[in-house]
Amino acid sequence: MSVLIEILKKNVRQYMMVIALAVAMVAFGLLTDGIFFRPVNLTNLVLQNSYVLILAVGMLLCTLTGNIDLSVGSMVAFIGALCGVMMVDLQWNPYLAMLIALLCGALIGMWQGFWIAFVNVPPFIATLAGMLIFRGLGQVIMKGQTKAPFPEEFQLISSGYIPDPFGGITIGALNFHVFTLLIGFLIVVLIVFGEIQKRKKQKQYAFDLLPPGIWLAKVVFIAAVLIAFTVVFAIYKGFPNVFILLGVLVIGYQFVASKTVQGRHIYALGGNRKAAELSGIKVKWVMFWIYTNMAVLATVAAMVFTARLNSATPKAGQNFEMDAIAACYVGGSAVSGGVGTVIGAVVGGLFIGVLNNGMSIIGVSTDWQQAIKGFVLLAAVAFDLYSKSRSSKVA
Amino acid sequence: MPNNSVLLSMKHITKSFPGVKALDDVSLDVKPHEIHALVGENGAGKSTLMKVLSGVYPYGNYDGDIFFEGKHCKFSSIRQSEHAGIVIIHQELALSPYLSIAENMFIGDERAKFNIINWDRTREDAVKYMKRIGLHENPNTPVNKLGVGKQQMVEIAKALAKHAKLLILDEPTSALNEKDSEHLLEILKELRDKDNISSVLISHKLNEVAAVADSITILRDGKTIETLDVERTQDTPVSISEERIIKGMVGREITDMFPKRNTTIGDILFEVKDWTVQNPDNPERNKLDGVNITVRAGEVVGLAGLVGAGRTEFAMSVFGRAYGENITGQTFIEGKEVDISSIPKAIANGIAYVPEDRKELGLVMIQNVKENTTIAKLKKIANLTVINEHEENVVAEEYCKRLNTKTPSILQKTGNLSGGNQQKVVLSKWLFTDPKVLILDEPTRGIDVGTKHEIYTIINSLAKQGYACILISSEMPEIIGMSDRIYVMSEGKITAELSGKTATQEDIMRNILNN
Repeated sequence: MSVLIEILKKNVRQYMMVIALAVAMVAFGLLTDGIFFRPVNLTNLVLQNSYVLILAVGMLLCTLTGNIDLSVGSMVAFIGALCGVMMVDLQWNPYLAMLIALLCGALIGMWQGFWIAFVNVPPFIATLAGMLIFRGLGQVIMKGQTKAPFPEEFQLISSGYIPDPFGGITIGALNFHVFTLLIGFLIVVLIVFGEIQKRKKQKQYAFDLLPPGIWLAKVVFIAAVLIAFTVVFAIYKGFPNVFILLGVLVIGYQFVASKTVQGRHIYALGGNRKAAELSGIKVKWVMFWIYTNMAVLATVAAMVFTARLNSATPKAGQNFEMDAIAACYVGGSAVSGGVGTVIGAVVGGLFIGVLNNGMSIIGVSTDWQQAIKGFVLLAAVAFDLYSKSRSSKVA
Repeated sequence: MPNNSVLLSMKHITKSFPGVKALDDVSLDVKPHEIHALVGENGAGKSTLMKVLSGVYPYGNYDGDIFFEGKHCKFSSIRQSEHAGIVIIHQELALSPYLSIAENMFIGDERAKFNIINWDRTREDAVKYMKRIGLHENPNTPVNKLGVGKQQMVEIAKALAKHAKLLILDEPTSALNEKDSEHLLEILKELRDKDNISSVLISHKLNEVAAVADSITILRDGKTIETLDVERTQDTPVSISEERIIKGMVGREITDMFPKRNTTIGDILFEVKDWTVQNPDNPERNKLDGVNITVRAGEVVGLAGLVGAGRTEFAMSVFGRAYGENITGQTFIEGKEVDISSIPKAIANGIAYVPEDRKELGLVMIQNVKENTTIAKLKKIANLTVINEHEENVVAEEYCKRLNTKTPSILQKTGNLSGGNQQKVVLSKWLFTDPKVLILDEPTRGIDVGTKHEIYTIINSLAKQGYACILISSEMPEIIGMSDRIYVMSEGKITAELSGKTATQEDIMRNILNN
C-alpha cells in the first residue's frame, strides 16, 4: 500500500485527472441510475464533445509554447460559413468543398502564424485579432442567414457510424457490431503489447520500474476499461465516424509530440525559448507551423460541428476556444509552457464533457454548469501549482 | 551567553530537507568590525545557512540558535531580520529596472506621510546614502541605465538605508569585471572601518577572499570545516594562501589548478577575418570592428577583456549570427569559407557555443539530462523524424560517463542538478553535435573549485582530440592557465595577441587599458 501511495505521489498530476474522470463517471452513473452509461448516452457524449477535443489537440501544442489561440471559435464559424456557401448555396461537390475548406484553414493558419512567428506579435494579441476578424468575416459571408441543409455525404462525418462488413451478431437480446468489437480488441492488444515492450526497455536501462503487481493491475485496468467501452459502443450502432477520426488524430498527435524530432523541438521551445534557439531549433518556423496546424484542426472541428448541426450559423463556435484552452489546462498543461500531453488534454476535455453531460442529465441548469466548469479549471491549475511548489521545495 | 566581542553567533544550526541534511551542526561567529568570508563548494550549504539567518526558513524550521548583538533571534521573515539589521544582497539583483535609483532604494520603506510619497525627501535621503559609498549619480536615473557594478552599489546603498549592521553579500562580484569588483570590495572595507558595518562575503573568487577577508569560514557537505583568521601586516598583506582555502573546501589539495596538457598543435582549423558587427541597440556604433582570429586544431585560444569588450558578442555573432546586425566578414573552417548565417548552419559546419548563462541560454531546466543532451542534433538519432529512444538512452548514458556527470539518472531534470553538473550537460549537448570548433563562454562561472578542475581537464582532453577551442573568461588566472595563445579584446577590437606561456595579468591589463 505504501508503495502505491509513493507512486501516486510521484505522478500525482498524471493520475489525478484520470482518477477524477473515473470518479466523475461513476458518480454520474449512480446519480442518474445508470442512464449515463447507456450506450446511446456515451455515444452522444463523444459526438457532443468531439469538436472541442479536436480543438484541444491543436491547442495543446499552443499551450506547450506557453501561449493560446483565441481565434479557434471564430475560425469554426468562418469555415462553417464557407462550407455553407460552397455546399448549400453553390451546390458544389461536398468532397471538393471540404478540400477547399481545409486549404482555406491552412491559409488562415499561415496568416496568423506569419504575424506571430515573423513579426513577433504576441500570440494572445494576434489571435485576439483573429477572433474578431474571422467572426466578422463569417458574418459578412453569411449575411445574417443560416445555411441549411447540407448534403448527405457531408452530414455523415458526424451522424454516421462505421460500417459492419460482418453484418453484426445477436447474442441473447443484444445485437453487436462486430467490426467495432474487432477494432476495439485490436487496440487493446496493441496497447498491451506496447506496455510490455516499454517495460522491457525500462528494465534494460534500470529506470524506475513500477512494481510488477501494480504494473499488471494498471495494464489490466486499461484493457478492461477499453473493452467495456468497446462493448458498449458495439451494442448501440458501433463506433461513430467521428470517434475514429478523433482516435486517429489523438494517436497521431500524441506520437508526433512524444516520439519525433518536431515534437521534441516544441517541448524544448516551450521549456526555454532562448536555449532552444541557441540549440539550432528554428523557433520561428516551429511557432509558424503550430499556429498553421491549429487552424487546420479548427477547420476539421468546424466541419464536424457544421455536419452535426446540419446547418451553418454566424454564431457557431462561440466560446469553443475557451473550452479547448480549459481542456488543456485541466489536462495538465503548464501555463508557462513546456509541460503537457495530447492524451492529457483529451482527458481534460473529456472530464469537462462528462461534467456537462452528467449535469445535464440530472437537471443542473446551464448557468450552473458554466460556473462549475470555471471552478474545476481553477482547482486543477491551483492544484498543479501547489504540487509543483511542494516538489520544488523538497528538491 | 555569547560575549560582546561577537556580533552574530549562529550555534549548532541543523537544517534538514526530506532525504538530505543540508546543514549539520554548523556554527558561525562574526565579530563586529570585520569582513567574514564564507566559502565552500556548490551545495556545501552556504545559501541554506544564509536563508536560515535571514528568516527565509523561519525559527523552528531548523535546530540551533542565532544570537545577534547578544539577543536570541527568532526570525520568521526577512522583514524581521532586516529590522534587526541583517540585510542580504542576493546574487541576482533585486532591483526594479525601470524605477529610479531613489525609488529602488526605498521600496517597501517609502519616505511617505499618510501614504503620499515625499519625493524631495526621497531624493535627499537617497543622495545621502549614495554619497556614503561614493556613488555619484543622479538619483532619478532608472537603474537599467546603470552598469552592473553601479547597480550592485545601489543595492548596498539600499541596505544602508535599512540601517544594516551586518551585510550579507552572495557572490557580489560574479557578474562584475575586475575594476568594479575591486571597487566593491573597497566599499566593504570602508563600511567596516568608518561605519562599523560588518559583512559576510560569500564568494567563489578565492583571490578576493584572501585579499579582503578578516576571517574565513569554510563549509563542506553541510558542516563547518574550520574558521581561519587572516592576519595582515604591512609586510604580509595576505597570510593565507588560496591553496590553503581550497584544501579546506575540497578536503584535499589541488596541487595544480590548471592541469598541464601535452598536445601537438595542428594546422589552422578556424579563422575569422574582418569580423564587423553593428550594435543592434545603437546602430551608430560597431560592437565589433575588424576582428581577426585564428585557431589551430588542438589549440586553446583565450579571449581576454573586460565585461562589455565584445567577447560574448563576438562568439554569438560567429555562432549563426545569434547576435548583432549588418555583420560583415568571412569565416573559414579548414581553409574553406563556410556559410554560418544561421544557427543550424553554424552547427552543421561544426561550430558549438557553450553560452555564458547556462540557466537562461544553455539548458531547458524543466527537461531531463537525456533530452538536453540530444536536442541540438536530434537527427543523429532519428530515423526520418522518429526518435530512436534506445539510441538516445545509450548516447545520454555515454556522455554522462565520459564527462563524469553526477546525476541520479539520465531522466533527472537538469534544473535539479548542481551548477557544475549542469555545465557538463551543456558540454555533452555540444560534443554530441560533433563540432570542430568549441567556443566556451565563461565555462566555470559560479562553479565550485573541484568541478572547475574537472572542467579544465575536460577542455584539455578536447584539445588533445583535435578540437579548436576558444575560451572566453573574465578570470585572468584561468585565461592564462588554460590558453596556448591569448587575444586581448577591448571595445570591440583585438588589441594584442600574447603567448599563453609567457603572458601575465599585468600584460593583459596593460593591453586592455592602452587602447
